[in-house]
Amino acid sequence: MSSGRLGMGVDIGSTATKVAVVDADGGLVRTELMPTGFSSVDAAERARAVLEACKSDRHLCTPDVRVVATGYGRVAVPYADKVVTEITCHGRGAARLFGPEGTVIDVGGQDTKVIRLRAGRVAKFAMNDKCAAGTGRFLEVMADRLGVSQGELSALARAGEPTRISSMCTVFAESEVIGLVGRGEPRENIASGVVESVVARVATLAASSGAAAPYYLTGGLCDNGYVVERLAALLGAPVTTCPEARYAGALGAALTALDMG
Amino acid sequence: MTDASAPIELPRTFEEFNEQRRQSFLKVKDFKQAGGRLVGYLCSYTPLEVIDAAGASAVGLCGTSDEVIPAAEEVLPANLCPLIKSTYGFAYSQKCPFTHFSDLIVGETTCDGKKKMYELLDELKPTHILHLPQGRSREHEREGWYQEVVALKEALERLYGIEITDGALRDAARLRNRLRRATLALFELQRSDPPAMSGVELMSTMFAGTFNFDVRAYVESLERLCEQRSAQAAAGESAVSPAAKRILITGCPVGGVIGKVGATIERNGGVVVCEDDCGGERTNRFMVDEEAPDILRAIAERYLKINCSVMTPNDDRFAATREMVEKYRVDGVIECVLTACHTFNVEAARMERAVEAAGVPYMKLETDYSSGDLGQLETRIAAFIETL
Repeated sequence: MSSGRLGMGVDIGSTATKVAVVDADGGLVRTELMPTGFSSVDAAERARAVLEACKSDRHLCTPDVRVVATGYGRVAVPYADKVVTEITCHGRGAARLFGPEGTVIDVGGQDTKVIRLRAGRVAKFAMNDKCAAGTGRFLEVMADRLGVSQGELSALARAGEPTRISSMCTVFAESEVIGLVGRGEPRENIASGVVESVVARVATLAASSGAAAPYYLTGGLCDNGYVVERLAALLGAPVTTCPEARYAGALGAALTALDMG
Repeated sequence: MTDASAPIELPRTFEEFNEQRRQSFLKVKDFKQAGGRLVGYLCSYTPLEVIDAAGASAVGLCGTSDEVIPAAEEVLPANLCPLIKSTYGFAYSQKCPFTHFSDLIVGETTCDGKKKMYELLDELKPTHILHLPQGRSREHEREGWYQEVVALKEALERLYGIEITDGALRDAARLRNRLRRATLALFELQRSDPPAMSGVELMSTMFAGTFNFDVRAYVESLERLCEQRSAQAAAGESAVSPAAKRILITGCPVGGVIGKVGATIERNGGVVVCEDDCGGERTNRFMVDEEAPDILRAIAERYLKINCSVMTPNDDRFAATREMVEKYRVDGVIECVLTACHTFNVEAARMERAVEAAGVPYMKLETDYSSGDLGQLETRIAAFIETL
């Protein structure tokens, strides 16, 4: 039975909303994952249910819950005590999960971030420019185009020989894929090309920001073993991840909430 | 070349303009009707003393709004810097009173995009091009630039049928130097802790100054503003929180992104303490030698000292920025690159190294005048300030 304050982090991403709750010692006691949907205001309301559940949970038995909101919908959380960007939160969450030194790669729904950690703090970061190349959204669009789920896309990709997809832009790449399908290119080769394209963009972003091993992957692709494998191959160093890495932003926000006076 | 006595007409589309724009047009029309001479310029390398000495008002014509970019893209390629597109767009759509009523536009061979745009601009408005050298370390580059300043003087003499005297040039240099000193004095108020004013106020003041017809009146207004803000700061009445992180903005001209970048920095716990762009300290720190025997040469020499990324090499820019980082006790440097500005964008790699070698965090932003990337920009800027 724990007592004392709880910290709750609400990470409203473009695709998914993640919630993490930590106890007074910073231990992760609860996580939630829900689709963000059309409205981040609506997602924030659904996340509020977790807050209410924590307050009334007789095992946690504390009304003292501080909330930090993060992610692109961070300003849509009226019950948050503080708003912190996802860069800072991902950095902090990853430092808790993996260690205080290294490079965090977060592949999100609409952007990809590369965060260099030094002594558990964000020393430097880079984000992709205002386009979906090298993001989860790119994989989503391409999986859709090939008529498979994201999980199936990876399985296909593993079986194929990568066809080169030269367009960086998601819209152009989609036309390119349509062209490849039309020419009868095997689906597994296209899937393989799609994954290579995303992974190469992410690796380039990492290199351009002077990233160095050890590498940690956070965000929605952390349970995609094939992406992790390819990323490690391109970076020339192992990439560590874990199931909780999907919640790194929410966890960092929850830990920040715990610090609040 | 324009006949300086040509009739002064409003653009065809005048009736479609909103009230504020109509008022600006009428104001500039009145100025012209009263015999005022107007010369447009687009770059801090333009030797303004020569325009002043011709009895003309020099107004900055750099476009800072995306309103006219769709019009500009009827002629110009889309993947061009927003400043170039906006500048051309204002001329093309006749929406800027200063461009419309200019007797002459003075352009310069700075970057490739501007240089070629001026050829198209010349079809709409007579444009005199100053051939700026690519560097200033070689004697023939400095001599060539001096000859360009002479050519501008002669062009203005022909345009207005006047003679520009050394006396008028020297008076202009004295007044412009006084303006530079007043500008620097205002900048230096940001050294205090907290700084005397918000960066948005400072940047907006500098930007508004480029539309001033009367240099003397503008100098006096800046000197008054400086006294006011100085007294307020001394009385502990600065509008800026002492906790705000002190930011230096460097890179491309920021006139078009004051709201987008400047205000976002200040909404997220930062304050711009130093504007290191072509309207800022980078340019204003150089004075003309008022007592030089050859005043026109002294004017030419002063302008060539400006550290813009179009020059190669441009090492003095890094040294100057590092000096300012120290002078203003800067917590972080944000480099603002306008989309497709190759010179600043490429030079940014060296600026990053120079700033980080001084132990100060650095971040580069690439943006334009549209609102499409506001969300990402806000996240980047807020996250950068959180790391400081």
